[in-house]
Amino acid sequence: MANNPSTRPDWEALSRKPEFQELLAAKKRFTIPCCVFFLVYYFALLYFVGWHLDLMKQPVFGKINVAYLFALSQFVMAWGMAWIYMRKAATFDRTAAEIIKHETH
Amino acid sequence: MTIAMFLAFVIATLGITVWSAKKNTGSSAYFAAGRSIKGWQNGLAVAGDYMSAASFLGISGMIAFFGYDGFMYSVGFLVAYLTVLFVVAEPLRNAGKYTMADLLAYRLKARPVRAAASVSTLTVSTFYMVAQMSGAGLLVNMLLKEDYPWISQNVAIAGVGALMIVYVIFGGMHGTTWVQIVKAVLLMGATILLSFLVLQKFGFSFSAFFDAIASHQYTDAKTGMEVTRNFLDPGMKFGMDISKWGPLDLISLGLALVLGTAGLPHVLVRFYTVPDAKTARVSVVWAMVIIGVFYILTTFLGFGALTLVRPQEILGFNENMSAPELAHVLGGDIFFAFISAVAFATILAVVAGLTISASTSFAHDFYSNVLKHGKEVSQDKEVKVARIAAFVVGGMSIILAILLKEINVAFLVGLAFAVAASANLPAIVLTIFWKKFNTSGAVWGLLAGLSSSIILIILSPSVMKNLMGMDALFPLNNPGIVSIPIGFIAAIVGSLISKEPESEAKFAEFSVRAHTGLGAEKATDH
Repeated sequence: MANNPSTRPDWEALSRKPEFQELLAAKKRFTIPCCVFFLVYYFALLYFVGWHLDLMKQPVFGKINVAYLFALSQFVMAWGMAWIYMRKAATFDRTAAEIIKHETH
Repeated sequence: MTIAMFLAFVIATLGITVWSAKKNTGSSAYFAAGRSIKGWQNGLAVAGDYMSAASFLGISGMIAFFGYDGFMYSVGFLVAYLTVLFVVAEPLRNAGKYTMADLLAYRLKARPVRAAASVSTLTVSTFYMVAQMSGAGLLVNMLLKEDYPWISQNVAIAGVGALMIVYVIFGGMHGTTWVQIVKAVLLMGATILLSFLVLQKFGFSFSAFFDAIASHQYTDAKTGMEVTRNFLDPGMKFGMDISKWGPLDLISLGLALVLGTAGLPHVLVRFYTVPDAKTARVSVVWAMVIIGVFYILTTFLGFGALTLVRPQEILGFNENMSAPELAHVLGGDIFFAFISAVAFATILAVVAGLTISASTSFAHDFYSNVLKHGKEVSQDKEVKVARIAAFVVGGMSIILAILLKEINVAFLVGLAFAVAASANLPAIVLTIFWKKFNTSGAVWGLLAGLSSSIILIILSPSVMKNLMGMDALFPLNNPGIVSIPIGFIAAIVGSLISKEPESEAKFAEFSVRAHTGLGAEKATDH
């Protein structure tokens, strides 16, 4: 049954809706691995630059070395993650809209 | 010539300010540009807010003098936006109104939380602002001292301060946003042009360019010997042979950058200027594209200055002037003047963004909600207080910047990121995700993060050793690796040792709002 539009949303009831709980769980399932991945990938660069200089100094293409390519790959990684998130977030938007479609405010 | 370019930018931006002053009716218009900024516009404005003097002048100089290690700043500044995107931007837009503290005060007790949050907001903004204004003073002074000897560094700092006060007081968030958009476009244009000209010098051959970087010859300042070094190799700033703490300092810096950006008040307030959370997300992605391209191009600015400018300078030049000096070598006096004016515009826009976020926090958090208990303050009154606060914040920063003008610019910016990561980020993240987080946890976390990062900076080599001439008690220049855990632990312990059923009860409502956008602040004008 739709809520009466003139009343305040029943936040408690909304928060207990299985659809809302599922949205939170889905967000967690997606966001936590993504954050872990980008943090590990980023700090791996700093770790290797700090403690494994010989490997980082290896030339790959001409004078361009592992260190510079690894740093450039961070840009690609960041853009890639942003692109993946944009696509995924669209599904979160649809679920969220579904959950609150009977609410007016 | 230089001064004509400066004046052109100043006149254009004052025009924007006058035009946007007409739109500033009511507090949502003044503080949040009526929440009607489009996604791509806000993306440009976020980029404009973020690419500061420390980026354009500082990173170029760092790469020109320390090679690859300077590029580590470029990488960190972009990756940091993933934290903003994944964790902060959307819940903030959904549950907040004008400031970072709005998010916290939603389910915590407003007065203590807002008081602590506004202290840390004002601290972060002031450090950041003083850094930018000292940089601006130096820049203007170096450019104009031959033709206009009366423009000393102090006069230049006061001039920049006065201009930004005008932008903020009259232009509000509308004016500030457009100043940032214009600046972002100018800075990107200038950076792309400079990079193109650098490559042209090498016959558009990447291998010729990288060969020159890899076998750079210079005269060592200490020994007077001619040395050849590969500037693409890491280790010239954070290397183990420079200091045994170097690698750990780099990790600590990385932590402050990646976690601090999402706690910078002037970045956070930008997400209130868009109509909804989805647009906030789109604007982060726009900003990431622009910022990313810019930071990749710092390769050409920095290594361009290394390969093309440094061999021509017998006595060396100021590290922070690398980008303008590069322009001089590539395009002569006119191009030098243009790039200097862009650098000036860069600083002015960032300073305006900082002033508006600091004064908004003072008016909305401290005046309305702490002093006046969140009642009886009309919208007009709040805007009036914010304008007065902008004037005071601006005036104070002018004085501080003049007093602190000898302190390294990058160091002050680093401190701002460290405080943002140690004080603000724990409070933001735990408010969004942890039901048991409460008022005492927020106050503990904010104050512990703030004080530990400041104390560790004072005990660090850059202050204790370089400024006071003593042995540093703390071995790292970047406190993040210690102060960020302190901030998080204080916030968690503070929450666990006190019971606050009200804030737990409000978590359900907060969570629905933050994740669905139900009841979020609406756009007010178009």
